Amino acid sequence: MARPKIPRKSTNIDMTAMCDVAFLLLSFFILTTKFKPEEAITVTTPSSVATKVAPDKDVVLITIDKDGKVFLSLDNEQIKGTIADELNSTKNLGIDKKAFVKASFIGASFAQLNSFLAIPEDERKGNKLPGIPCQDSSHNEITEWLRIIKGSYMGLKKNILLKGDNASKYPSFKNVIDALKKNDELKFSLVTNPEAAPTGTDLWKQNQAPADKKEE
Amino acid sequence: MAEMDTSSQGGGHKKGPGVKKSKKMSTRVDLTPMVDLGFLLITFFIFTTTMSQPTAMKLYLPKDADKPEEQNKAKESGVLTLLLGKDNNVFYYEGTLANDASNFKSSNFKDIRDVIIRKKQATPEKDLVLIIKPSNECTYKNVVDMLDEMSINLIKRYALVDIADVENQLIVKTEAAGVK
Repeated sequence: MARPKIPRKSTNIDMTAMCDVAFLLLSFFILTTKFKPEEAITVTTPSSVATKVAPDKDVVLITIDKDGKVFLSLDNEQIKGTIADELNSTKNLGIDKKAFVKASFIGASFAQLNSFLAIPEDERKGNKLPGIPCQDSSHNEITEWLRIIKGSYMGLKKNILLKGDNASKYPSFKNVIDALKKNDELKFSLVTNPEAAPTGTDLWKQNQAPADKKEE
Repeated sequence: MAEMDTSSQGGGHKKGPGVKKSKKMSTRVDLTPMVDLGFLLITFFIFTTTMSQPTAMKLYLPKDADKPEEQNKAKESGVLTLLLGKDNNVFYYEGTLANDASNFKSSNFKDIRDVIIRKKQATPEKDLVLIIKPSNECTYKNVVDMLDEMSINLIKRYALVDIADVENQLIVKTEAAGVK
């Protein structure tokens, strides 16, 4: 044969190694990822130098959106059931317990709670809802809510988180604080984004010195 | 793509990977689609992942003291009062507010740290009390920033107090004058 003897090299590459790397990375990202829950209330939190990660169990979250409307959410379904019973018996609201337990947040006054729960879950958006009224101290329903929540937890550990929007005005924040104070809930946390301590400040110096005991 | 390399296959009958007689069958699989899929998923997870978790800033409120004699007394010389106005304005005065408001000074969030540091260095630690008075016009961010400023400068004693009318009027007046 007159064919020149060029060795036919295969164009196939061994993909095994690449595949290994790809799936290693994949498993890393799958394990580290934490999906951002689709939030019905859009809130941009301010940043702070606090380093403690926000707790995610037994949370009582009070959200203040940018218009100063206040929303409340609980994660413990058992507690929510107790609260629903409590509301029905003391206030005669006649709310649907199942819907109440399933609701991811509460954004209406006691009087409107039923119609609020009647709205389908995915249509409950913070900007369309009235929020829990807490305009002045005499009509502060947050106080009432917190009293009921406190009663339902019955001394069990709960983490009160306050999540405010950057642009929300101080009075609504103050109303929430007042409601907390009235219920003797004096320990709570503000949800913030992490931020590094500015260089040269006292906190920065403290963090730089590893021998010093860090602030709890 | 995705076919088995079966060039050396002889018989027509198929054999599973567990069958002993299938020596002739190559076990090489084209992995390209698998890699494709892998990287597709990686990109997906990279984009959806949230790396920074929200942190929680602890805030402990004191219980409201009903009787005036139970309230904490602070030495006048060690008190620095910070007032938060609108548009990120900060006002401050040391000690008590003078009647003619001569010690009422204005500042902003950039410069207030220097003021706090100066005050901290000038007063003994046990006398130092910072009072934060947010006005109705300031935002939640301002309050958190100011509380953050306390932890940045390691201020041990500070309080969040309601604003007095006199101070509120001063802020409004100063802000009105500052615009022009």
